[in-house]
Amino acid sequence: MKVTLKIITVLFVSLLISCGGKEEKKEETFSYQKKESTEKKETPKAEATTAPASARIDLTNKGVGPITSLVLPAEIDQTMAAQGADIFKKMCTACHRDGKKFIGPAPNGVLERRTPEWVMNMILNPEEMVQKDPLAKDLLIEFNGSPMANQNLTEEEARAVVEYFRTLN
Amino acid sequence: MKKIIKSSLAVLSVLVAFTSCNNSEKTASKSGALSNNIAEKVYVAPGEHDSHYAFISGGYSGNLTVYGLPSGRMFKEIPVFSQFPTSGYGYSEETKPMLNTSHGFIPWGDSHHPDISQTNGEIDGRFIFINENNTPRIAKIDLKTFETTEIIEVPNSAGNHSSSFVTENTEYVVAGTRFSVPVPQRDMPIKDYKGNFQGALSFISVAPETGNMDIKFQILMPGFNYDLSHPGRGKSHGWFFFTTYNTEEASTLLEVNASQNDKDFIAAVNWKKIEEYVNNGGGTMMPAEYAHNVYDEHTHTATSTMKKEVRVVNPIDVPGAVFFLPTPKSPHGCDVDPSGEYIVGNGKLSANLTVHSFTKMLDAIENKKFDGDAYGIPILKFEDVLAGSVEQPGLGPLHTEFDGQGNAYTTFFISSEVVKWKLGTWEVLDRKPTYYSVGHLTIPGGNSGKPQGKYMFAMNKITKDRYLPTGPEMEHSAQLYDISGDKMELLLDFPTHGEPHYAAAMEANLIKERSQKIYNLEENKHPYAAFTDADTKVVRKGNEVHIYMTTIRSHFSPDNIEGVKVGDKVFFHVTNLEQDFDVPHGFAVLGQNTSELLIMPGQTKTSIWEPTKVGVWPFYCTDFCSALHQEMQGYIRVSPANANTPLKWSMGEDIE
Repeated sequence: MKVTLKIITVLFVSLLISCGGKEEKKEETFSYQKKESTEKKETPKAEATTAPASARIDLTNKGVGPITSLVLPAEIDQTMAAQGADIFKKMCTACHRDGKKFIGPAPNGVLERRTPEWVMNMILNPEEMVQKDPLAKDLLIEFNGSPMANQNLTEEEARAVVEYFRTLN
Repeated sequence: MKKIIKSSLAVLSVLVAFTSCNNSEKTASKSGALSNNIAEKVYVAPGEHDSHYAFISGGYSGNLTVYGLPSGRMFKEIPVFSQFPTSGYGYSEETKPMLNTSHGFIPWGDSHHPDISQTNGEIDGRFIFINENNTPRIAKIDLKTFETTEIIEVPNSAGNHSSSFVTENTEYVVAGTRFSVPVPQRDMPIKDYKGNFQGALSFISVAPETGNMDIKFQILMPGFNYDLSHPGRGKSHGWFFFTTYNTEEASTLLEVNASQNDKDFIAAVNWKKIEEYVNNGGGTMMPAEYAHNVYDEHTHTATSTMKKEVRVVNPIDVPGAVFFLPTPKSPHGCDVDPSGEYIVGNGKLSANLTVHSFTKMLDAIENKKFDGDAYGIPILKFEDVLAGSVEQPGLGPLHTEFDGQGNAYTTFFISSEVVKWKLGTWEVLDRKPTYYSVGHLTIPGGNSGKPQGKYMFAMNKITKDRYLPTGPEMEHSAQLYDISGDKMELLLDFPTHGEPHYAAAMEANLIKERSQKIYNLEENKHPYAAFTDADTKVVRKGNEVHIYMTTIRSHFSPDNIEGVKVGDKVFFHVTNLEQDFDVPHGFAVLGQNTSELLIMPGQTKTSIWEPTKVGVWPFYCTDFCSALHQEMQGYIRVSPANANTPLKWSMGEDIE
């Protein structure tokens, strides 16, 4: 214990010394085993279990929750999508952004990787999803343990958000 | 270790075997918990719910505490009359107006007698009212949110003690003054009290839909001390009864001087008659100054309005509205049985317990059997209104409650006991000690036409050896009794917070189902709320800086703020964007000399921070909200007063 303390003290002092008086030099800051951004990577093969959960494709898993079956019509319902965009803006943008990984993943193209049922269950039932659904579990870890908040959307609202997601490239 | 467990198990099984052979009629001793399964009666298994809520006044804490029965577990302290850093109540900009009075901002109160709203003489669980004794006020707490939503100051009153009891349809919440004072207040010699001071009995109307309070009228009574009160119910609905002491009108050494008269009075007030008089334009508007503070659940903000006049009624102007019932020796509690027939005057210095009959009172009034008057108010003859007396039941009776089965339970302060007696025959049925020096007692549904029986708890003034000692100051003790059988059975000791005076209790179901879980963001009309990142901003108005901030697990937006200067008044308006039950976020900034904020999901709260030092100061979430709670922090840069640092705010600029 004492030894560790000593080592830490030495490290700390040397850190202080090395940084002293060189405030302007940005390159003096350090990074320790910084994670590489998952989104910058080439999209890995879908089957590879080593791929981060956000990049995995699973179009059969419906997740855990109230939605067991949902068939999306071929045409996008623009009215519903506009409602969804409004709900997304109010309830989700604190953590999710269009076209950008933020606190959580970007919603773009999510319906190419997930079933619509899975997306709705993640919105409506996140607490159980992160406990029971293998993808949701891995996503929680991938995103630093930052939990998907249950924003108490109705099924109708969650459905509109899915429609909005269909409009995102 | 294993050996110890084994041997104690052995001892235990021997004990069980031993006690199970005991004669079960033996009174409960220390091993009673085993022989009588008392432990099972108060045991609420982990995750299970109590069957009753108890709302226990916090006395000089100014607050109201919420307990479960039978477990005796405390669930919540509701801030009412006192600042409460735990939630920021009384410190946040939104709630500071709640504590405004005609004497300025008062950060503290002395809360006494909670009473739950009623419909048709039954507890309805919508609101709970509680009085502040010191700077007279009545508060209303909404039992949907368990938040204080309205406080009205009571002018012309001093020592707001015979309060806050509701009539059987919550038409009124009533507040009587314990101390009589000059009305209106003026500079005069104290020795001229007699004949010049007055006691105001205030009838505060409660709007049926909203619950909004308004002082409908005040009756200006002779300068006695109006100690406690209760409404008539059933047949006596429309009347209100107040105990009085110090009918001697002494202003000094009341300990001796207010105990001279053999009998004081119970004042019987026909409020329906006075209401009618007032509705026909009776009474006079008198200049008065009193605050009326209302919390708006949509803006999450309280406003304080200073009222300028109050309607007062001279009782002798309304013949047949007020009478005095002679009652022995400084009666304290004034309790009306569920049928409305019996009015118990707990004469605290009397050997016997006096019970008046409402029917006999009406008869005496009808036949004008008066025994003189006091300042023009007719005094009825003691013998004409007496229903009966409980002979020498104990020493120092204070308060009585009823079980709805024809029995009454009275606390005795001096002899430290609760005595059960029968209405009508006045015989004593049972007595059980309390620990120690009991004040009030409560039966769920107590002040109503329909008590909910089963439990009774006694709130004691003195704790002594009941708990592990905690230095000279200790929480008061309460005892829970099972009253479902012929004899009362002591079940549990539990500590209470501050000094509990009265308590109100009820079956949990009504409240539990209606308890609100979150504030809906869509209904949040707070003028400084921010709902998305697009709404977050920092706005300077002179030396005021308004920060529109949001929180969600687990970040603030913005979390980097620059351009604030020493001497600025910084308003942090924090909106919690969560919409999930029990996910509050906190807000604290270094050097915050108000208090932290605890913001419920969907709510907006504001804290003022006046930085005095140049530097970069952190702020953080005080409520452990998620696995990344420790990451929930930000910085605010404070520049010198004369600096030109531009206003800047951001969050997550460098996220890839």
